[in-house]
Amino acid sequence: MPTNITMPQMGFDMTEGTIAAWLKKEGDMVTRGEPIAEIETDKTTIQIEAFASGVLRKIIAQPGQRVPVGEVIAIIAEPGENLEESTPAPPAQAQGTSAPASQPPTAALNAPVIASGTVVEGADRIIATPVARRIAQEHGIDLRLVKGSGPEGRITKADVEAFLATMQKPTLAVSAPAPEPAPAPASVAPTPIVPPQPVPAPAPSGVPGAKQPLTRMRQTIAARMVASKQQVPHFYITVSVEMDAALALREQINAALKSEGVKVSINDMVIRAAALALRRFPNLNASFAGDGIQQHSSVNIGVAVSVPDGLVTVTVRDADTKSLKQISQEMVALAARAREGKMLPSDYGGQTFTISNLGMYGVDNFLAIVNQPDAAILAVATAQPMPVVREGQIVIRTMMNMTLSGDHRVTDGAEAAQFLNEVKRLLENPWGLVL
Amino acid sequence: MPEITYREALKRALREEMQRDPTVVIWGEDVVAYAGGGAYGVTAGLAKEFPGRVRDTPIAEEAIVGVGLGAAMGGLRPVCEIMTVNFTLVAWDQIVNHVAKQSHMFNGQIKVPMVIRTPNGHGRTAATHSQNFDAWFASIPSLKVVAPATPYDAKGLLKTAIRDDDPVIFLEHLQLYSTRGEVPDEEYLIPIGEADYKRRGKDLSIITWGRMTIESLKAARILAEEGIDVEIVDLRTLRPLDVPTILESVRKTNRAIVVEEGWRTGGLGAEIAATIQEQAFNYLDAPVARVAGLEVPMPYARNLERATIPFAEDVVEAARAMMRNEY
Repeated sequence: MPTNITMPQMGFDMTEGTIAAWLKKEGDMVTRGEPIAEIETDKTTIQIEAFASGVLRKIIAQPGQRVPVGEVIAIIAEPGENLEESTPAPPAQAQGTSAPASQPPTAALNAPVIASGTVVEGADRIIATPVARRIAQEHGIDLRLVKGSGPEGRITKADVEAFLATMQKPTLAVSAPAPEPAPAPASVAPTPIVPPQPVPAPAPSGVPGAKQPLTRMRQTIAARMVASKQQVPHFYITVSVEMDAALALREQINAALKSEGVKVSINDMVIRAAALALRRFPNLNASFAGDGIQQHSSVNIGVAVSVPDGLVTVTVRDADTKSLKQISQEMVALAARAREGKMLPSDYGGQTFTISNLGMYGVDNFLAIVNQPDAAILAVATAQPMPVVREGQIVIRTMMNMTLSGDHRVTDGAEAAQFLNEVKRLLENPWGLVL
Repeated sequence: MPEITYREALKRALREEMQRDPTVVIWGEDVVAYAGGGAYGVTAGLAKEFPGRVRDTPIAEEAIVGVGLGAAMGGLRPVCEIMTVNFTLVAWDQIVNHVAKQSHMFNGQIKVPMVIRTPNGHGRTAATHSQNFDAWFASIPSLKVVAPATPYDAKGLLKTAIRDDDPVIFLEHLQLYSTRGEVPDEEYLIPIGEADYKRRGKDLSIITWGRMTIESLKAARILAEEGIDVEIVDLRTLRPLDVPTILESVRKTNRAIVVEEGWRTGGLGAEIAATIQEQAFNYLDAPVARVAGLEVPMPYARNLERATIPFAEDVVEAARAMMRNEY
């Protein structure tokens, strides 16, 4: 069976996309999961992956062409398979006739998977009633965040209204007394990519409690975390960072920027420090790519943000080129949109490194799961006063533990330790973050 | 307000219109002789009150309708009674090919102000005498089709139907003739083409007509005790359909069950469900459900007859299932 690759929907408001480039030629062998094209939307450029392995038999949409969501843009077939009867017509031009071109019934099921850190509606159809969809759209709710109570997990009006009600209440993450206005964090940093796969659960003993059906987000988190733990050989390195200088500088910065309403957080400083350190350690700004290590030209920092029922990773793009003030302002907006379920397609995905910060929860240290396809993730714990030894004396310093989880296929302990010490150095000598 | 039967309400409508307009005449089988007036007693006594204007006809439905059509074209306002809807089958050519089309085929120069009264339904009358053809009539352009559920609606709609210059199929129901309801003494008319909210509710819309309106009202009382608040839209007119009212209700409740007594396939429920999804898709929180009669020739045995026809408990079950998100 030939597999149709269709224009994916990246975000509920996307109606069309432009083929930026084909990464494969007609006749090339492709393997499932391999990036085959770049798609431009109003907001971002994203790679799409082959949903099946085979030969890229036919490219239907040419670079520069605008294609409505769901239209077939290419066909992957088995080597030697005859396409004659199944070749669809070229897709309708997005601004052309309003009648959608006919689409083979398999197209919707075979929507491609987005290459990195994003969510695809087409790949895993959300079942929701029409009125639920309409209300969600009116309120800008991402239906992937809503748990469906109907048949086959169908999301009903009541489900959306219940979600709206919880959104209007302050969430735990927001209302918890936090020493830091850092984004609500979590120990892992995924955004859904892979269609959920069933995960066998151990048989419980005794009287079972209530079984909550998985939300789409939980399913995706489950699938992605299992995939990462199964595929990525993790190793962990912890350092303790003295944060007094950073906190003092932060106070000065925030006093200076008070009139502008900007409040730089410890997490913003960690983002900046990690981004600068990644510039010096390009091998950690990279992904394992099967037969090679793909280094990335941009430093895009993903930050885990907890949302009702799960978490998402928002992306601060080109963080190495942005000031603390810019990073801070961007994070405030990104985290707000994430919690309200109003993320833009450009708000997530495409990260090259991820930070998960549980600082506000008073944790001493924790280990995060690598957010594929990143080479590493940094878990940031709480900055707290600790007795430490300085020049033979026990003194009190504000110490913060950070643990790097690395993909051992990409990097090794020595390199990761040097990188981590560079982050530590930047935080302990914080003027480097602003100069 | 005095309570009278559906049968009596129809008779009052006929009497008032005959008093008002000397061109109104009644023709049908046994409308004079049998049981004092009509197989179900609707015209009892009218022959004496209006000498010469109420006439028994031969057992020839095609002729009853054909003569009625000719008289209507010639200036009378005949009310033709067909003893049961099953017997309209032999008059189907007259109704569909002639009554319905004259005005259109002669550019509106001819009016056909006639009413064909006939009861739908069942009553231990077995396969050939227990049918509902409302969907068939409602599919024919330029016929008007009404199917009142209550004495009040029956009277108001029959008076309007008699005054209408277009042919009106007036569908009564065997099981409704003896039901009672409030009907004012003073005159009133009910427009053709207007549905009526028989109950306001917020949880789901039941769209129905005729006898199933009464069953749905019974169902609503049971459901209310369970906390399910249904709205009942009684169509009253099956052609033209009051689509705006159907949509208004569904847009409010986001759920709809169409309840009809006749067969499901090709029923009016299918048409209404299709209309709802075409015009109120974004307001639906569940697929539109249908409650309908079983698709078998009606059995004679009482228990089997009862199993074939929808009753209040079937409506209750459908509403519960919908509220449990089972559709």
